[in-house]
Amino acid sequence: MTGLPIPSRLPIVSVSNLIKQFGRFAALRGVTAEFTAGKLYAILGDNGAGKTTLLRTLAGLAHPTRGQVSILGASPRAACRDIGYMAHPSLLYDEMSGMENLRYFARLYGISGDERCQAVIRAVGLDPALARPVGQYSQGMRQRMSLARAILHDPQILLLDEPFSNVDVHSAGEMVDLLKRVRDSGKTVFVVTHQASLLTATADEFIWMQAGKIVARSTHFSPAHPSAESSGQQPPPEAP
Amino acid sequence: MSSLWRLTLATLAKDIRLEWRSKDALNAMLFFSLLVVVIFSFSFDPLAEESRHIVGGLVWVAFLFAAVVALNQTWARELRNQVLDAYRVSPAPANALFLAKVLGNFIFVSLLEALMTPLFVVFYNLHVLGPAWQLIPVGLLGTWALVVNGTFFAAMSVRTRSRELMLPLLLFPISIPAVLGMVAGTTAILTGNNPAHFYIVLLLTYDVVFTTACLALFETVLQAE
Repeated sequence: MTGLPIPSRLPIVSVSNLIKQFGRFAALRGVTAEFTAGKLYAILGDNGAGKTTLLRTLAGLAHPTRGQVSILGASPRAACRDIGYMAHPSLLYDEMSGMENLRYFARLYGISGDERCQAVIRAVGLDPALARPVGQYSQGMRQRMSLARAILHDPQILLLDEPFSNVDVHSAGEMVDLLKRVRDSGKTVFVVTHQASLLTATADEFIWMQAGKIVARSTHFSPAHPSAESSGQQPPPEAP
Repeated sequence: MSSLWRLTLATLAKDIRLEWRSKDALNAMLFFSLLVVVIFSFSFDPLAEESRHIVGGLVWVAFLFAAVVALNQTWARELRNQVLDAYRVSPAPANALFLAKVLGNFIFVSLLEALMTPLFVVFYNLHVLGPAWQLIPVGLLGTWALVVNGTFFAAMSVRTRSRELMLPLLLFPISIPAVLGMVAGTTAILTGNNPAHFYIVLLLTYDVVFTTACLALFETVLQAE
């Protein structure tokens, strides 16, 4: 289901001097970074640090004011078959069941038949036979169904915005295990989260953002770094 | 069948299912049109001859205002839970979404017209003096003119804070040639004084021009922030 060839050593995602302004407010202030394939990146930072804007720019939903985004050497729009995106809202129709939602979104990616939809619903720990409309799901179930929608077309790059919010500890653990399996299969996963402790054993790299910039990158997360768990955060020392 | 039409039909089926379950647009349109018919019939109490001259305008104004309700709903349901973003990040062509929305609105507004037209006939004591079959092309082409522009401008205004106000402000001025064609064409057929061919050709031309323009521009509207 992938569209573009995956570079083995070259960065799978790169952003160069990325600036995104909303009127006079700059949400991203010159972000430059490269990300290699097959890793799970945890993006951390205060509210308003620019995490969601960065993710939306990578997904092609927000257009950079200046700078460039390259996904597999192409623009986000050209690489859209290789991108799975999960936002803070569910991106699902409340009046339809989970299976009906996924069946519709599968058609958008040229996937016919119900097998793939059933498989991803089971993968996130839900029942494909659940006939209830999504509007009647609990918040945690909605989050998991939203993750199912994001991985439906087996994308090379997964962009997840707060996937664990309002999810109970057990379900969050299951979601982390699923993300680990996705990463281990060679996919690249970006997770914006305030619950970094869930990813300490899984993430390959932690990226701290502050005031629209990447201020630190580290392969280790320490609880001593308050930035991931609470507000009033201080980023760790600059990574070499 | 091409992927464009496959996706158009999949999106149309989804929209019809959503409307069937919520009935948001249909109920609102139906009650609005019903109110217009009843209030105007009490206000004017016209004779049959007078009715033939004014009802073309009344019918289309009622349908135009009622259509605005459906047009706003079309995109409002795509904004709940930001579902539109899921479409925007997919490789599906923008025009499949646009055509599905236009076809959906065309079906809903046509259904409304089919339900309301007999009421207009009864309340205004109408007898068609011209070729009645010509009401069908005027109705179909007029409805398409309303929904194709309406769907496009509703998509443009949906992210604005005052979208309920923005849509009529954008849609009504550009619909003036089409509304003139619909009203004059309907009146010509009802009274039998003039042939309606000119208005049918006018509406057909309007539809072709604006459908082409909307299809050419919709991707820009969809991908705009």
